[in-house]
This record gives sequence, C-alpha cells and structure tokens, in this order.
Amino acid sequence: MFFDIEVNGKIIKARNGDTILSALDRNGIKVPTLCHINDLPPNGACRMCVVEVEGRQALLPACSHPVEEWMKIKTHSPRVVKARKTNIELLLSNHPDDCLYCERNGNCELQKFAEDLNVRERKFYGKKNKYKTDPSSASLLRDPAKCILCGRCIRICEEVQHITALDFIGRGNKMQVGPAFNRGMNLSSCINCGQCIMVCPTGALTEKQHPGELQDALHNPSVKTVIQCSPTLSVTLAEEFGLRAGKDMENLMFAALRKLGFDYVFDTSFAADLLIVEQAAELLSKIKEKQPMPMFSSCCPAWIKYAEQARPQILNLISTCKSPQQMMGSLLTNHFSQVEMISDENLYSVSAMPCVAKKFEAQREQMTHKGITDVDTILTTRELARLIRLNGIDIQQVEPELADLPYRSRSSAGKLLAVSGGLTEALIRTLHFMITGKEFTQPKIQELRSTKGRKEFFIKIGEYNLGFAVVNGIGNVSELLDEIEKGRNDLHYIEVMACPGGCVAGGGQPIHPGENHSRARSKAVYEVDEKEPIRFAHKNPSLISLFDQLLEKPMSLKCQQLLHTSYEKREVML
Amino acid sequence: MPQTLDELVSRYKQGVPESLLPLLQDIQDEFGFLNEEAIIRVGSHLKLPASKIYGIATFFDQFRFVTQGRYHILVCRGTACHMSGSFNVLKELEKILKIKEGHTTRDGYFSLEAVSCMGACGMGPVVKVNGEFHKMVSNSSIQTLIEQLRKRA
Repeated sequence: MFFDIEVNGKIIKARNGDTILSALDRNGIKVPTLCHINDLPPNGACRMCVVEVEGRQALLPACSHPVEEWMKIKTHSPRVVKARKTNIELLLSNHPDDCLYCERNGNCELQKFAEDLNVRERKFYGKKNKYKTDPSSASLLRDPAKCILCGRCIRICEEVQHITALDFIGRGNKMQVGPAFNRGMNLSSCINCGQCIMVCPTGALTEKQHPGELQDALHNPSVKTVIQCSPTLSVTLAEEFGLRAGKDMENLMFAALRKLGFDYVFDTSFAADLLIVEQAAELLSKIKEKQPMPMFSSCCPAWIKYAEQARPQILNLISTCKSPQQMMGSLLTNHFSQVEMISDENLYSVSAMPCVAKKFEAQREQMTHKGITDVDTILTTRELARLIRLNGIDIQQVEPELADLPYRSRSSAGKLLAVSGGLTEALIRTLHFMITGKEFTQPKIQELRSTKGRKEFFIKIGEYNLGFAVVNGIGNVSELLDEIEKGRNDLHYIEVMACPGGCVAGGGQPIHPGENHSRARSKAVYEVDEKEPIRFAHKNPSLISLFDQLLEKPMSLKCQQLLHTSYEKREVML
Repeated sequence: MPQTLDELVSRYKQGVPESLLPLLQDIQDEFGFLNEEAIIRVGSHLKLPASKIYGIATFFDQFRFVTQGRYHILVCRGTACHMSGSFNVLKELEKILKIKEGHTTRDGYFSLEAVSCMGACGMGPVVKVNGEFHKMVSNSSIQTLIEQLRKRA
C-alpha cells in the first residue's frame, strides 16, 4: 500500500513497511550512510543517515526507522547537516590522517563524506587508539586503526556468508573488530572470500599485496614473467578505468599486459576449458563406477577452505581437480617452461584474479613443486588496474592483441566460469558429448542463469538421469550439505562459489560503495557466450593439441600428476 | 566440588545460545578465568562461533581471560570512590605490581581488576582482596598492604 509523505517540501510516495531510507532511495533522494548494506536488516551504527522529522525532537536514523504516513521529513536541513558533520569529525578524531598512503584513497566513503560535508580542520583532539595491523592472513590485511566500527564486515561475514570470523571485541572506546581471541586472521575461520573488503567503507580491510616482488621480476631481464588472466577480469577491468560495467576488453587487456613488460600473456579461460573436460571425465567415471555421490566442484578456494574446516567428512566427495589458476600454473611450470626452455628459477608466474582467496590458494602446500609455488604472485582486478595506471598505459588506446601460444584459444564455455552456474552449464555441454558422442543442441540452460543463491537442474543425458545443483554465497551451502548428509541422493554434481553471484562479485573486484554491478558483469559474460563460435570446452583447438602432445586423454596418469590435488582437515577456531 | 569442563558444559542443553552467559559464569567460577579451550568447547556445544563468544565475553567486565593471582585485588572505580581518589590508588597499584589493570603478575601472586561499584560508597576508596574489604585506602596504606600480602605469600 502506497501513501504520500512530504520530503523537503515535496510529496513523494512511500510504501507500508518501508524504512525512511528505502523510501527516499526509491525516489532518488540520497542520504549518506556508512553502515547500511542493501538487503540486510539495518543496524543503525553510524548515525550518518539521520533526518529531521517534523514533530519529533530528536533526529531519526533513516535506515532503521519505519516510514509513517504523517511524516514531514527534511533530509538536508542545517540541523541535519551539522549533526552529520559532527559525526564525521568525531570519527576522524580517532582516525589516522594518512589518506595519501591509504589503499582506498579516492575510493573511501569516509573520505568522500568528509569532503561532501566540507570538513576542513580537525575539531576534536584526543588520544588516538594505537593498533597493530594484522598481516597474518595470506589474503587479507586488517588495519584496525582505520576501522570506524560500522560493523559491515561483521554483518556480511555473519548474515550473508554465515562464517562469522569477525566480531566486535571489547566495549566503549576500546572496542575494535577482530577474529576470535583477537589473534591473527590466519588462525580464524575466515575463508578469505573478501566480501568484507567489498563492504568496508574505509581502508581497514584490504587485500594483501606484494608489489615490490613483481616489479623486480618485471624489470629483471633474465627472468621471464608470465601472466594469466581470469575469465572474469576482462568484463570488470573497464570499471576501474571509469568505463561502464560489463564492457568486455579482453584483447585490449592482453595488449596492455604486454606493454607492462610481461613476456607471455595467457588466458585462464584456457585452463578453465581444461578443468571442464577433466572434471566432466572425473564425474563420468565416478558415476560409472557407482562411487559415492554427489561430486562437489573444486575451483573456489574459499569453498575448499570452508569444507576443510567445517565439513571434513565430505572432503572425499570434492573433485580432486585443481582450480583453473593452479592448472595453468602447473602447466606453465611443467609444460610451457620446457617448451620454451626456461629454467624453474627464471620463470615468474603471475595471475590476475577477481579474488583474494586465490592468494591463499597459491601458497597451499599442495600447490607447490619442489617447495616452489606454481603461481608466484596473484593480483586482484584492483591491483592490476593500479599497475596499468602506474605504467602510464591508456588501455583504451592500445591495439588489441591475442593471448600467447601454446594456450591461445579458449571456448566461451571456459569464460562462463566467471558466473555462478556457468561451470555447471559448461560441464553439462562436455558431459553430454562424452556420454552420447553428440553435441548438446541447447547449450544455454536458463535455469542456471538466475540470480538465486541456490539453483537446481535435472536432465537426462543418454541413459543417465543427472541432477545438478549450483550454490553461490557460502551461506547457502550448509543447508544443502545438511540435506545430503541426511541422505538426499538425487544430485550428482554440485557447484559451489563462495561469493554471492559467483566470481563476477568476487572479493578482488572493483569496489563501488552501495552499488551492485554483478548483473551487468554477468550479462557481458553471457553475451560472449552467445556470439562466439566455439561454445564447447572440448572443442578448444589449443586444448585438443595439448592433449595430443602431453596429456593423452582426460584422467590419464599425466593428468593425475599435473592437474589433481588433495585436501586435508584443517583446525581453526570455529 | 571441582568439576571438569565437560561436566559443566553438559549441564546445559545443546544448541541453546541463550545459555551462553550462565555457562560462561559457571566456567569462570570454577576455573577463575575463561581460556581458549573453554570458549571453543562452549561454541561447539551451543552452536555459536568462537568469535561471537569472545566478542560477547569481552563486552562484560566480569569475564577474565587470564588466570587470577593468589591475591585477586579489586579496585572500586564507582563515582563515589572516584571522587575520593580511587584513580590514584589504581595507578599506584599498577606501579607497585608492575602490571596493568586486568592482568596478573608473572609470579602469579597478584591480579588486578577495576570494578564499577562495590556498594560501600561511604568508605571510599574501597579495595577488595580475596573477598576482604579495605576501606579508605591511600597510596601509602596500599603499599603496606601489598608488602604484608607479599610476606604472607
């Protein structure tokens, strides 16, 4: 039921059950907020969204107060603006004034509001709390000094991802955000998905970076640097350069990377094709041998860590295939380096990913050979964009180029790994060919393309009735796991992506406070799939020649050596 | 009668988060403080994440995370005691014992804690050592008190 309310002297429509903030939002009236997350219940921590309501003495927080019919609201009256400004000034009184050195400089919500409200001097002097940064995690860097205690990271971790690695510790002016016992993040139940980075309004949570090491490798003439780019990257990199979300700049990106000084540039989509073929073969052999079902996907390192710490009893059900990044890393160190005659110590392998959990994955013991990591440095989308800017490359002005041989081509199926449900879709295409010997006539599966957190799809391929489930957002997985442990047996393959929406909304993607661009990004990926000639992973010509030269056939002994890994139970503070 | 952690925990129903605070109080009464093992055990019993329990426990002043000393010294920091100089008493104690409030000395003899009000407002500043009240303490009287306790220990 709609009714009228008066805002800033104008009549607007509000709906029953709305909060003031959502009513204003729908009518295009912007109210600043530092703690609100769309689609989550309000917590009213920051008091930035206060508005003046006629007849009420106190200012009301718009995010948590329900809108009522009699209301006459002023969103930017002098009293409101003064309150907001004081609020920011108080937050800044305990904030290190080091914006120039901060990762989020220029993309910080606190900084933006301080600028909007014209804060020009330090109003409140007092002792600042001293905190140490927590560099213990392989993926995340936590700097409690920059934290403004909005609680967004805690809520996304608890209410969306159901991990609850972080919580408020202590009270009053000693309060801070941290994992259990205020120990390192590496000991906590954090799965490194990075969703907390995406919602942090300041630079308190950022990805862990090693820029110096990469620069050294790039400028060392005896070291050959190779880079692989995630399928997701080409549709999100544009946002970092101020272009519209969902612009595909794959070949421009390859050209820019060569300009940066990388000797070889590859597309991880090729390894994604390899993963699809290998995993389809693994699934098929498991079905034929009547092994315990279902089989879980293995390409999301955050999901793997979650399973290792919270559900060790299902580890034997997870596919042993490495993730595309690590498959590519393994191929580069074991195949490519021999083809190109590069010695182990002179190959520096970089990967650009939309993900911070990949940083954790690369340093897993199972992902090394002779103690050396297969992939040496992982860059997030943000870091890669910064590197491109650092080197003064105008990515819109470069000439498009292709990826390097011998892993040049890819199918659009490999590209689909960027979105939730894409892996399953690509897998079904290849599985259909493996079972029936014929191509799948309707490669687009609409059921798997919705934005729901959990999707299921049943299909008969040849003689088999197969069930597929897709979960995105690690918070949705425990329900499904419970069902399976209770004896549900109609599913054969389950794809799990830890981030809500899949890799397009990964923790390494460009940060746009308060906005969700994953729809536009997914659309771009689906457009690639629509228009490209090779839509089946097993038809990728580079992949076919790789199987001819090295791997023989899927699930061969060589594949087992190079492309498979193992998991082990992990003790953390759950 | 001393009880083990498992006995304490098993007195409460599994998966009922509401029993968190009474359970934590029981554990603290029994062991004198909350250690990591106990918090993780409570978490798996009540189906609560360890970070959440630690967050809640640190919110309340009553919970300790380091073991108590042989002499557990409580300094009243209520308004009346504050007016009669309990802040200085606390600082003096921190100086003498060389520990901060909320900590325990290395030899394990003394632990120091500030509490909000002990209800003896007319006799401030009040200090309580193992249940025994000391009224109208001053910097010099607290020094002799500590020396006496040290001798007894």
